[in-house]
Amino acid sequence: MVSRRSFIKGAIAGGATVSAASYLFRNSGAALGQAPAPGAAERLLALNVNGQLRHVDVPKEETLALTLRNRLGLTGTKVGCQRAECGSCTVLIDAVPHYSCSVLTHSVRSRQIATIEGLASPTGALHPVQQAAIDQQGFQCGFCAPGFIMATVGFLKTNPSPTRDELAEGIAGNLCRCQDYDKILTAMMSAAEHARRS
Amino acid sequence: MAVIRGSMPSFELFQPTSVDAALALIGRHGAAARILGGGLDTFDALQDRVVQPAALVDLGGIAELQGIREVGGGLEIGAMTTLAEIARHPIVQSQFAVLARAAGAVGSPQIRNQGTLGGNVSQSTRCWYYRSGWTCYRAGGNSCFADTPTAVNREHAIFDLDRCVAVNPSDTAPALVALDAQMVVRSSRGERVVAAEDYFLGPDIDITRMTILDAGDLLTAIRVPATWAGAHFQFEKVRDRKVWDFPLVNIATAMKMSNGIIRDIRLVVNAVAARPRRLHEVENAVRGKPRDAATATLAGELAIKGAQPLRHNTYKVALTRNLVQRAIRG
Ligand SMILES: Cc1cc2nc3c(=O)[nH]c(=O)nc-3n(C[C@H](O)[C@H](O)[C@H](O)COP(=O)(O)OP(=O)(O)OC[C@H]3O[C@@H](n4cnc5c(N)ncnc54)[C@H](O)[C@@H]3O)c2cc1C
Ligand code: FES
Ligand code: FES
Repeated sequence: MVSRRSFIKGAIAGGATVSAASYLFRNSGAALGQAPAPGAAERLLALNVNGQLRHVDVPKEETLALTLRNRLGLTGTKVGCQRAECGSCTVLIDAVPHYSCSVLTHSVRSRQIATIEGLASPTGALHPVQQAAIDQQGFQCGFCAPGFIMATVGFLKTNPSPTRDELAEGIAGNLCRCQDYDKILTAMMSAAEHARRS
Repeated sequence: MAVIRGSMPSFELFQPTSVDAALALIGRHGAAARILGGGLDTFDALQDRVVQPAALVDLGGIAELQGIREVGGGLEIGAMTTLAEIARHPIVQSQFAVLARAAGAVGSPQIRNQGTLGGNVSQSTRCWYYRSGWTCYRAGGNSCFADTPTAVNREHAIFDLDRCVAVNPSDTAPALVALDAQMVVRSSRGERVVAAEDYFLGPDIDITRMTILDAGDLLTAIRVPATWAGAHFQFEKVRDRKVWDFPLVNIATAMKMSNGIIRDIRLVVNAVAARPRRLHEVENAVRGKPRDAATATLAGELAIKGAQPLRHNTYKVALTRNLVQRAIRG
């Protein structure tokens, strides 16, 4: 059976081949792409995502959220508003939470990017914040969850033992439209506790 | 009028690693280039086609624009220093708390992690007629759509209306004016240092921009002198939601007291005019007076002299008066 998720991933893989082919095509001398202006950024770049170096061909105006989703197949990062107004696209850049919809991919070339896909250990053990979200049923539809979880992981690096109020303020840059915030906070507080113990 | 929305237009991207290289780039491209700090004002404007630059000059790779340095009891803050860094900096917190609180009141945690001080003070207005691409005065047209009988203008100006009724929405701008900060501006012609109070422009001087920055100018640093270090500070911001929302009115206060008497004071209100409004008249009236209810009442009334509310923002008059009263009363 084709799930929605595997369908999306298939479509992205197809797209990746096309863009790789057109990249080769350009390099073969056909005057398709324009050469960058002198001193301007090159389209081809290497991104460090979840500890892996990924080579991608990215237009200058593309945001990190779209590169992650559409070129690297990392669809765990969600796009809600594309305006820095909802938080669902939150990822860590050098361990600090950012809205990936409002960051140019080209500006994070030499930085460490962490997405929800990179949280679990290679053996599949969930990150304490992920585990707490499940244990406490922190989310309902879950669309906002990757953003909340990344925001929490980032915040806990600066304040591992927050009060409930401090945590509420720390993850205030994320919106949820269907669960109740109190429940999310309870889950994320218990996440802080898990993280301290592990 | 903008028709395409919600997608980024294409542009050339430059990522210089020194101020000199950045100046050469913006000098070469002139008005076709736009400076990119954290991008949180710019990306919205690009997506709505309010600005259509051919090139962006990203300052993110320039180390000399980053960080906070102590200079003679004061601070020099690189234009690319993030608001989060300013809000949590120990000296900003202990000596210039009004700036720490203002920076900490911007947007949301993620916005403060990325938004820069240089970008925050140089940001454009959020008047949604202008930001939706209407050809108003600010966009080079010949009307103000926010000042018609049916306009929705709850967030707009109550002071110094001059054709355009948009406001400056920055939270850090009034704090910097209150601290007598100085803005260091460089271009290929050299460096000039401008008082924060004179950095911002009203529509009477130039209706198409909010600051003195011209094409080819780069704000490199903001200097906070020792003048107000350790003074009594207050910052209040009234907004609809605690996160994300711009100020409806904000106020920054710096005060020096002795024996219950106000020796010197700065009172600056923003989001009520096209530029942060320093309340000179109020400052002069309360200097030398006790910090009590009578002084507060006097200050509040003086603060709203000359207000010209629009149809939907009369509340800003009372809000400004009350915030000024509270700043004096404590
Ligand atoms: C959802 C949302 C909520 C927000 N809420 C608030 C709020 O509550 N309070 C508030 O004050 N702001 C708010 N902002 C506005 C703003 O994005 C941030 O304040 C931020 O600080 C802007 O900085 P930046 O570096 O991201 O700006 P950029 O977009 O990079 O720059 C803004 C402007 O300044 C120019 N510029 C930037 N750096 C320099 C420099 N060194 N020299 C010359 N010109 C320069 C740019 O060309 C551009 O015109 C909000 C923005 C969003 C998207
Ligand atoms: S999609 Fe980035 S903040 Fe909403
Ligand atoms: S759980 Fe549905 S949006 Fe948050």
